[in-house]
Amino acid sequence: MRTLLLKRLVQGPLTEPAPAPDAAALAELAARVERAARRRLGRSLSIREVDAGSCNGCELEIHALSNVVYDLERFGLRFVASPRHADVLLVTGPVTRNMREALERTYAATPDPKWVVAVGDCARDGGIFAPSPACVGGVSRVVAVDLHIAGCPPTPQALLKGLLALLEDACR
Amino acid sequence: MIVEHNAWQQAAVRLAAREAALVALWGEPGHAHMALLEDTGMRTLSIACDNGRYPSVGRLHAPAIRLERAMRDLHGLEPEGLPDTRQWLRHDEPYRFLPAEGESLHQIPVGPVHAGIIEPGHFRFTANGETVVRLEERLGYVHKGTEQLMAGAPLEHAARLAGRVSGDSTVAYALAFARAVEAASSLEAPPRAVWLRALMAELERLANHCGDIGAVCNDAAFVMLHAQFGWLREQVLRSAAQCFGHRLMMDCIVPGGVRSDLAADGPHALRVLAALVRSRFPELVDVYDNTESLKDRTVGTGILTPALAAQFAAGGYVGRASGRAFDARRTPGYAPYGELKFDVPVVQAGDVNARVWIRVREVGQSVALIEQLLAALPAGPVCAQARPRAGEGVALVEGFRGDIFVWVRMGADGRVERCHLRDPSWFQWPLLEAAIEDNIVADFPLCNKSFNCSYSGHDL
Repeated sequence: MRTLLLKRLVQGPLTEPAPAPDAAALAELAARVERAARRRLGRSLSIREVDAGSCNGCELEIHALSNVVYDLERFGLRFVASPRHADVLLVTGPVTRNMREALERTYAATPDPKWVVAVGDCARDGGIFAPSPACVGGVSRVVAVDLHIAGCPPTPQALLKGLLALLEDACR
Repeated sequence: MIVEHNAWQQAAVRLAAREAALVALWGEPGHAHMALLEDTGMRTLSIACDNGRYPSVGRLHAPAIRLERAMRDLHGLEPEGLPDTRQWLRHDEPYRFLPAEGESLHQIPVGPVHAGIIEPGHFRFTANGETVVRLEERLGYVHKGTEQLMAGAPLEHAARLAGRVSGDSTVAYALAFARAVEAASSLEAPPRAVWLRALMAELERLANHCGDIGAVCNDAAFVMLHAQFGWLREQVLRSAAQCFGHRLMMDCIVPGGVRSDLAADGPHALRVLAALVRSRFPELVDVYDNTESLKDRTVGTGILTPALAAQFAAGGYVGRASGRAFDARRTPGYAPYGELKFDVPVVQAGDVNARVWIRVREVGQSVALIEQLLAALPAGPVCAQARPRAGEGVALVEGFRGDIFVWVRMGADGRVERCHLRDPSWFQWPLLEAAIEDNIVADFPLCNKSFNCSYSGHDL
């Protein structure tokens, strides 16, 4: 293990430079978020991820945000284990009938001010699963959504751009 | 083959006697179907359900119980004699967990929303102090009605749905669906497509194995290996995006072949990737194997006995770590694997460490397969035109998690009439309940991650 650690010490970091925040996302956010809320949070946001019916594809890419290449935490964004610690709910999937109540309760357990980011094409309007009677539809059918990040699944780059836009807007 | 009550019951008796393995059990209005794997190969049985009833298989063979509960929920078929009649995929009624009796027991409810970034499901632990005496799973939270959406869907749309049953196995699902459609409509994918499909399937296996080995280490609080294995996974996904245009290779496999050919710089990118994994992977495995504090958590934890693995016909690394030498690439087997050299590692120990080691060895096999596939990639077209033709077809494909079964009935108009997709997790989830028994609650994440069952694939 020592050799491995030494080798990694002399090698440069694996983390890549940050992408620019997404312009479209900034515009969407500007219309929605209150300034007072932004001031209170400062340049740091805690994120609680909620899978409300996804195929797990979005989760894989959200996971990738924490790997050494994207290293989300360097921006002050971190994933937390409880909605009670969260400023942001990152919700994936078409909301299934069986997850509706859990999503509502998670939202209710998140303290104000809070943002909801709907991740992936299913989260926008139910996507390919929209016609199913087992699904409620997009996330906005259940809780108010502040930002959508498109993609099936969105790449880590796209996720990062959306979240950085949220952060920039929250601190403006 | 449509059979009478007697032959159906006989099949259930043979399953219980381990003379055959249950591959799938599914329904549609008016009929129940069963796929069995025997020494002579795979066969399917169907039974007409008069008044929506048929003799329960779960009554004799426990692994069928959850499948029959799901058939009841989805199609209203009533399995006569089913020992457990609670809902499974539908959540309309209040749920009664099984009782656990004894002194000083307490319950710990977990989920459906978990602490990590994972899929939703509910775990009900009954513990005596730190020791788990019973775990009961409740699933179905991500039930999306995929099979209902499949019924009547145009082929291209149905293929997209199949690719979204379980996102981590999108290649394997798309492949299984495509092969079932091809079997149903006597369509043959061109040789180059067959080889490119295998290339994608091995890349998917490689990415998932790298990520999950790291995640097991993370659940034992060994973060450094998680970071290193996670970086390797990222390299695999980037190569996949470079070669096939999508990091997870979603919608790249279609009935008839593949959507587009390998990118011009693809072979080079994949050779570089293979060399990278060959050089980096062993030193990481070395760290895993020589860190006593880590091995202390994984060795002897969450043991699944070979007898249970055999009874449930558990596929993938869950089965192979507990002595069940089954790999759908070998049996029943499909092209191009007959022309390729690879080992199917099997061990008997059945603990978390054994499941990690099976995956470690499969990484080596997948890299070797990728190199073989690149060296002999046939030239030619990559897709055959699908012609509408009525018929039924099945396929069994080895995903990273285990064997995925797909049955499809095509209509003469080229639309999907009915489709059933069975995730390997159906036969692995129940075994997790057994493996955790007598372990401490704190070892559950480790056991769970070493199984890594799919929620979405199971809930459909």
